This record gives sequence, structure tokens and C-alpha cells, in this order.
Amino acid sequence: MLKDSTAIVGIGQTEFAKRLEESELELACRAINNALEDAGIEAKEVDALGSFTFEENDEFEVARNLGFGELHFWSQAPYGGGASCCAIGQVALSIASGISEVGVVWRARKRGDPKSRMWSHTEDKVDDHWKWSRPSGLVRPADESSMLMRRYMHQYGYTREDLSFVATTLRKYANKNSVAYMHEKELTQEDYMNARMISDPLCLYDNCLESDGAIAVVLVSSKRAEKLDNKPALIHSFSQGMSSEHQLMTDYHGKDPLKSSSYVTAENLWKLSDYSPQDVDVAQIYDAFSPMIPFSLEAYGFCGEGKALEFISEGGIAENGEIPVNTSGGSLSEVYLHGMNLVVEGVRQIRGVSTSQIANAKVALVTTCDATPNGAILFKGE
Amino acid sequence: MIKNIPVPGIEEYEKGFWEAALESKLVVQHCHDCDQPRFPPRPMCPQCHCLEYTWNQVSGEGEIWSFVVPRPPLLPVFEEISPYAVGLVSIKEYPLIRMIGRLKFNNEQKEDNFEEIIIGSEVQVSFQKISEEICLPYWVMG
Repeated sequence: MLKDSTAIVGIGQTEFAKRLEESELELACRAINNALEDAGIEAKEVDALGSFTFEENDEFEVARNLGFGELHFWSQAPYGGGASCCAIGQVALSIASGISEVGVVWRARKRGDPKSRMWSHTEDKVDDHWKWSRPSGLVRPADESSMLMRRYMHQYGYTREDLSFVATTLRKYANKNSVAYMHEKELTQEDYMNARMISDPLCLYDNCLESDGAIAVVLVSSKRAEKLDNKPALIHSFSQGMSSEHQLMTDYHGKDPLKSSSYVTAENLWKLSDYSPQDVDVAQIYDAFSPMIPFSLEAYGFCGEGKALEFISEGGIAENGEIPVNTSGGSLSEVYLHGMNLVVEGVRQIRGVSTSQIANAKVALVTTCDATPNGAILFKGE
Repeated sequence: MIKNIPVPGIEEYEKGFWEAALESKLVVQHCHDCDQPRFPPRPMCPQCHCLEYTWNQVSGEGEIWSFVVPRPPLLPVFEEISPYAVGLVSIKEYPLIRMIGRLKFNNEQKEDNFEEIIIGSEVQVSFQKISEEICLPYWVMG
């Protein structure tokens, strides 16, 4: 029912910066307005909304600022970095099943101020599942992710040098993307090796940016998309995945913590698709922390088990590589917006307008956070 | 930011773990009916849906599955002692049960020699009292 029946036809964003003066509501409204203008669709036609449980802006606030019509569907996807493709996929399902006609999905966030770090708001008493880790000093997502990377390095014989290629490759893409937060800053392997450690073995450049901004997308049926000016990015397949013991934001209690929900999402995504990993021209892989890229490359079948860092260090994810990854700079070097920048970059690749355009890109994968229950979308161009 | 070590809240189905910890014992929750061990503690057995459980003491021996060395920025109480090592430890009797805890050297002079921490090496549980109700498990390296 869903395959190729809906498409993203509008994308919009604000500037990306350490600090933007506007509120998250104003940022959301501007990004959505830009996305609707890009699509050539009137705000009053919007009747479906998708957002994140981590989003601070209520649906009705967004709706009454933009002048949306009567809404027929809205949903929120949980787990922060795991949410973007899920929020979009759920709105796509509502359009494909006839509940709604025009959907908007957005994320607006002011995460540039260090005071907005979620872990820094840990309270005296921890009542959620983090009670089993934070009291021992494993407090931040960076620590949780680092635990897995050290094990991976140990298991497969890698070092920080091998991991450095993730950050330096993404920075090169950002250097070509004029709206990227890190557009003007080069990053060498020497810079990486000399960087301060955040959670050994992860250093500063293995962490996503702390930034402000907003991004939105507009979805319609593929039939409606034919009448619009933009080349549609068809949602070819969509899947969510939660492995049996996965929690926010680790799979420490699963059978193999290195094989988490991404494996569940990937298996179903390929099953629902006409394509296999070899057919994918470009991938946008969620990267709040650099280890998520090698882990996801293996989960989605681009590399064998334990091979991803070798693949990356040999240029596998670079512009001329086998599978270019995060071609706008990703969360490490473009902007950190819970991965919505990866979605719009996937759409740009299908349209043929990326600042690091992959020639004749027809199939683009977008994934969400490997460290949480997550989802993914495979986009297709005509 | 809070100044002290955050303290775990205790649910009814977690009481057995923390009561044993107060006596420096490490216990694992088991299903009363099918005896399936589980961690973190929870009210229902995922295998047979039984809501009753028992607490079985284990040796307190484990193996380092992985570890990290956090550096600032951290909560103030951890920033004060940084760098320190935190490990994910597999329990000897049930290797798929993994618990997080600080890793400490038996010999205090080695305190900051993180290069000497080896994944796969054996550790022994110990407990640090952080509140009236909570003795937090940590792991001592040989």
C-alpha cells in the first residue's frame, strides 16, 4: 500500500547557527513556511502533522500560526534521534490510506546553548531506566555510545585513527555546503588526533554539533506530486525497528549490544523494497556520534561484520566512494537537528541539487539513530 | 546542575536488589515460575508472564565487556573525580546479564592507569554507600 504512493515534495529550513535569536516556535514556522513555498502548496491545504515527542512546539500552535485548515491526522514519534523517519513514515501512511492529503513534518530546536544539554538536567533522584547507569558516572549519550565503540575496536582490532575518517570525511562535505555550521572550518586527521577527549575513546569531533535551527518537509500522494513543479522524492519503503531489550539509548541488555534496532529496521526495510544495498546510490546515516555510521553501515548491509571502519578509512563513504554518506556534512558538521537535515539532504540528492551531488542518484537511504529504537526510509527518484 | 551523585529511585520490583546491596550482596531477579533470570529488574517475566519473582545471590564475579573514561563537561560530582573509568560488566553466572559500574583498581597507586584496563579481564563486585537506601555496586580489578 505504501510503496511509492507518497512523496516528499517540499523542503524548508532556517539558518543553522550556535545561537539564533528567535524562539523555537518562530523557527518551526519559518521552516514550514519555506517548505510549503518550495512545494507550491497553500498552508490551508495541510491536514496532517508529524513531529517528535521531544518537540516543544504543540501541533495547534504551529497550525494556528501557519493558518492550516482542518486537520485529520497528527502523530509524534519517540526517541529523539530515532524519530525523524518514523514521524515522516507515519504521516505517509496516513496519506496512503486516505486519512489525510497534505502532510507536514518538522523539527525545531535550540540546542546551541550548553544549558540545553539533556543530561545536564539529571535530577537528584533518577526514576527512569537511567537509574542503572547515571549514578555510576555513565551520564551522557556520548558515554553510552563510546562504550560500544571501545568494544568494537577491541573486537575487530581498530584504533582512533581508523575512526577519525568518519569525522574528516563528513567535514569535507560540509566544507562544500555553504549553509553548514562548519562550512569554513577544515578538519585534518592531525586535528582529530590532538582533540580533547570527551569520553575516551570518543573525542570532541566524534560528537554532533550544538546548534539552533529548524527543518520541515511536505508530503503528498505521488499522484498529487505529478502536478507539482519539484521532482518528487518517492517514499519507496519505510520501516521502524525495536530489538527486544533496546532502551534509550543503548542496547546493553540485548543479546549483542553491537547489533541493535538498526538490524531490525534494515531487515524489514529491504523486505518491503524492490532494492538491495547494492542499488543504493547515496545514504544519509544518523550521526549524533561517529560510531553510529560504521554500526549502521553494517546493519543495513553495506559492509560485512567488523568491516565498516576499514571500508570508511579506504574512502568508502567519501564523494567518490562506494556509498557516499551524509553528503551535506551530517550532524557532525552541518547541523544537529535530530537528523532532519539528513532527510532533506536525501531529498536534494534525489532532486539532483546537493552541494555534493552524486551523479544520477535514484535511490537514497535515510536512517535514524542506531543507539535507539529507530526507523528508516528509502527514497526513490523517477 | 545537581551537586551530588544522582540516586536511583526504588520501585517495588527493585527492592530486592537494593536490600541485598545494603548487605554487600549482588542478586539477580529470577522468575518464580520458570526461573528465567532478568536484568534490569521488572515486574513481569518476558518468557512466561509470571508476576512473582525471587532474588538469587550470585558470586559477584564478572568480566569487563567494555568501558569508557568520561572527561568534562560532566555533572559537577563526576567532573571533580574525572578522569575515571566506568565499565559494562558481564555477570559470571549469566554472561548476557550486563551491569554498569565504576571500575576501580585493587591497588590505589594505579588509579589513573586506564591503559591497563583490559576488556575481558575479571572483576569482583564491591559496594559504595551513596544514601541511606543505596549501596551502589562497582567493580574491582585484580
